[in-house]
Amino acid sequence: MLIRNAGDLTENDVTPEPIYRRRREFMTGIAATGILAACSAPTEAAAAPLKAAPWPYSTPEPKTSFKDITSYNNFYEFGVDKDDPARNAGGLKTRPWTVKVDGHCAKPGTYNLEDVLKGHALQERIYRLRCVEGWSMVIPWIGIPLADILKRYQPTAKAKFVAFETLNRPSEMPGQRRAVLEWPYREGLRLDEAMHPLTLMAVGLYGQTLLNQNGAPMRLVVPWKYGFKSIKSIVRISFTETQPRTAWQVSAPQEYGFYSNVNPTVDHPRWSQATERRIGEFKRRKTLMFNGYNSVASLYRGMDLKKFY
Amino acid sequence: MASKTRDNLVYALVWLACFAPIPWLGWNLFNGDLGANPIEALIRQLGVWGLRFILISLAITPAARILRMPRLIRFRRTVGLFAFAYVLLHWTSYIGLDQIFDWGAIGKDILKRPFITIGMTAFVLLIPLAITSTNAAIRKLGPVRWRRLHRLIYVIAPLGVLHYYMLVKADHRPPLIYAAFLAVLLGWRIWDWARKANRKT
Repeated sequence: MLIRNAGDLTENDVTPEPIYRRRREFMTGIAATGILAACSAPTEAAAAPLKAAPWPYSTPEPKTSFKDITSYNNFYEFGVDKDDPARNAGGLKTRPWTVKVDGHCAKPGTYNLEDVLKGHALQERIYRLRCVEGWSMVIPWIGIPLADILKRYQPTAKAKFVAFETLNRPSEMPGQRRAVLEWPYREGLRLDEAMHPLTLMAVGLYGQTLLNQNGAPMRLVVPWKYGFKSIKSIVRISFTETQPRTAWQVSAPQEYGFYSNVNPTVDHPRWSQATERRIGEFKRRKTLMFNGYNSVASLYRGMDLKKFY
Repeated sequence: MASKTRDNLVYALVWLACFAPIPWLGWNLFNGDLGANPIEALIRQLGVWGLRFILISLAITPAARILRMPRLIRFRRTVGLFAFAYVLLHWTSYIGLDQIFDWGAIGKDILKRPFITIGMTAFVLLIPLAITSTNAAIRKLGPVRWRRLHRLIYVIAPLGVLHYYMLVKADHRPPLIYAAFLAVLLGWRIWDWARKANRKT
């Protein structure tokens, strides 16, 4: 297998727009039936198999093991240690699941998860994930481009940002019983970031539905931003005119900015972001600008990324 | 003779208790029980054990006085040296496993990252204490100078706790527990000194 040197990644490695537009031709006609079937599976915490069409621009890098992806998690709703989510997330009930869509859009409302996903084809996309703490993984996500989901709610001209909220249910999320962060967890993107073809709403990984510790039943994946931007277990999507508050920004504004793009030249105040340890590897590797997803650079043209960290 | 044997047995038990975390960590590492990022977990565990043994060594004097068991003091050197051993392993694994001897990056870390600056300072300050822990060194320095030098631990221990506190992202409870223990141990000394000072005047 060819393992491409990460440094070789160029603009060309990311989906060219015209090909991206034809993506449905790559689909084998699999609608989101897999996830719908999975949603009605009898057991709560167990994952169900999920079919998805491979996305041609996945990274060829070796995937992080399923065990590591599902046992080394930052999901403070279930505890602050890396192994807490895998241990404590079993009690979360992800069915039924409703998502509130509100703000500046033509079709606000409270939707069942099934209705949010209905009619969208699932894709498998292998993305790098870079945590702000200096480690990274390669994860085969299954999901739907966020843009496809958002367009259905018809954001109006006033919508400049999209805000997301995680479930707030201390009875099933023991980490929420202490105010480690401001609950519910909040995240947000500029509308053009949210609509970027790389931004994914994930419902599964490694060919099956998401486990609770990975953000079941539905989570964001923004591969060019630090992991904490990819909010888990989403129950609310709001189209806003002003930049939304985000959980980590509220917690430590000098350390976590709204943009939080992966950037080896802008250090976290307490540690360097120049290198990272890929989980499963020994030597640290150089961190790539935008985590190697250079096609997003145009979103930030003219912006001082040291200021808008 | 019987009491001497018992002494040796007690000492061996203390030594084994201090040593136990090393095979325990080695076993976990070998079995993959340190999680997906074993290097980070190992560094963290070694640092936490270093801090624990620093606090235990600081607890020995008050315990000996309060319990009226002066012979406890003989364990202080062993516990203190184990504390240094864990901090040294913590430091070595950061240099060798995390940074893999990338001295440029390490230098930058020390200068730019306050929590690393503080940790490194605490480590450097521990070195003279470890070196002067032999009987010969104590004799050479004399008890007054030796004691004065070893008061550095009252600087090192707070630096160690601060180093831990600063690296935590959101949940500050664990380092605050260590800070509370340290506050009690240092508070007892201040109270003790004040009491002695009063008695003298």
